[in-house]
Amino acid sequence: MSGLTRRRALGAAAALTSAAAVTAAVVTPASAAGRGHGHDTSTGPAGGHDHGAPAPFDEVYRGRRIQGRPVAAGEHHGGHHGAGYAVFVDGAELHVMRNADGSWISVVSHYDPVPTPRAAARAAVDELQGAPLLPFPAN
Amino acid sequence: MTVRKNQATLTADEKRRFVAAVLELKRSGRYDAFVTTHNAFIMGDTDNGERTGHRSPSFLPWHRRFLLEFERALQSFDASVALPYWDWTADRSPRSSLWAPDFLGGTGRSLDGRVTDGPFAAATGNWPVSVRVDGRTYLRRALGAGVRELPTGSEVESVLAMATYDSAPWNSASDGFRNHLEGWRGVNLHNRVHVWVGGQMATGVSPNDPVFWLHHAYVDKLWARWQRRHPGVGYAPTAGTPQVVDLHETMKPWDDTTPADLLDHTPHYTFDTD
Repeated sequence: MSGLTRRRALGAAAALTSAAAVTAAVVTPASAAGRGHGHDTSTGPAGGHDHGAPAPFDEVYRGRRIQGRPVAAGEHHGGHHGAGYAVFVDGAELHVMRNADGSWISVVSHYDPVPTPRAAARAAVDELQGAPLLPFPAN
Repeated sequence: MTVRKNQATLTADEKRRFVAAVLELKRSGRYDAFVTTHNAFIMGDTDNGERTGHRSPSFLPWHRRFLLEFERALQSFDASVALPYWDWTADRSPRSSLWAPDFLGGTGRSLDGRVTDGPFAAATGNWPVSVRVDGRTYLRRALGAGVRELPTGSEVESVLAMATYDSAPWNSASDGFRNHLEGWRGVNLHNRVHVWVGGQMATGVSPNDPVFWLHHAYVDKLWARWQRRHPGVGYAPTAGTPQVVDLHETMKPWDDTTPADLLDHTPHYTFDTD
């Protein structure tokens, strides 16, 4: 399982490296908004009941490339549920999950739902403080 | 008989023995197996799929069994050790004795979140973070940074007052005691404490921080308090629920124990307040 996963993630990383030079200048204004800490964690996102797949995204946030895209069922590696959506930080896949109310969490910010997969990716970048994400848990 | 005590009441000798047993378990390699198991369930439990350890009715019996396994492992090194619990409604400050250098050590430094004192600081060489989701191998915390306040006693009381154990759809959207204690809905108890501690405690590999066990020992105690408050109300669902552990169904990964087997904690341990 991890072998397949790592190969796939490394392939994605290689593809991203070549694309990064072209798109590195794409930074959304919101990426300067800073850390998401201190918000109210007791409630889900307002009106977060749309269960269609979120749109893809691709940006540089705090110096790191974050991407998200819908994926077909079965495209995920084994041992990990099919979220129907994949998120990457500098080409390494970040395990994300959608909650029943439409909010999102990731494995590095598991207990603190945010409204969108892009917000989960940004929260992961905040949490990582520059550290490399391991493609999937090392064990 | 194992008696689980409030961590604030432990003697210096009890703290020393607990820490030594945890470090022995780490050195043996058995500690990290608990972290691996927890993260596998964190990643595998989903609201619309199979769910066992989290976001489901079996959150409470699953963690009760998980803690029992851990406590028995500690007792294989020192039979006098019991899991202490952290009442975060009472000891709600980074200045609590819980976080002193003779017990769990304090918050992380601002630069990188690294815990720099106590027996689990990376510099001791005794606590490598091996089961991890990023490249950092040192224990991290940011007490009170992710969310300012721990839950209060009155917030806990409001959840203990709920007269239903759990309800359909048996996941993070459910009403009832279990999901409000877990924190996906309402005032948010258990989840918020993970966020308040920060560092690895905010991630799927949260058992990398020994406070994981003290937090869950208190969540477990709140379940026991709820049972005493609502003696006629049982675990739900009781049968025939796809993807969800019913009362008499066995739970992974053990496959030999059911929620019904775990409703009464007293065959295994008592609390100092029992």
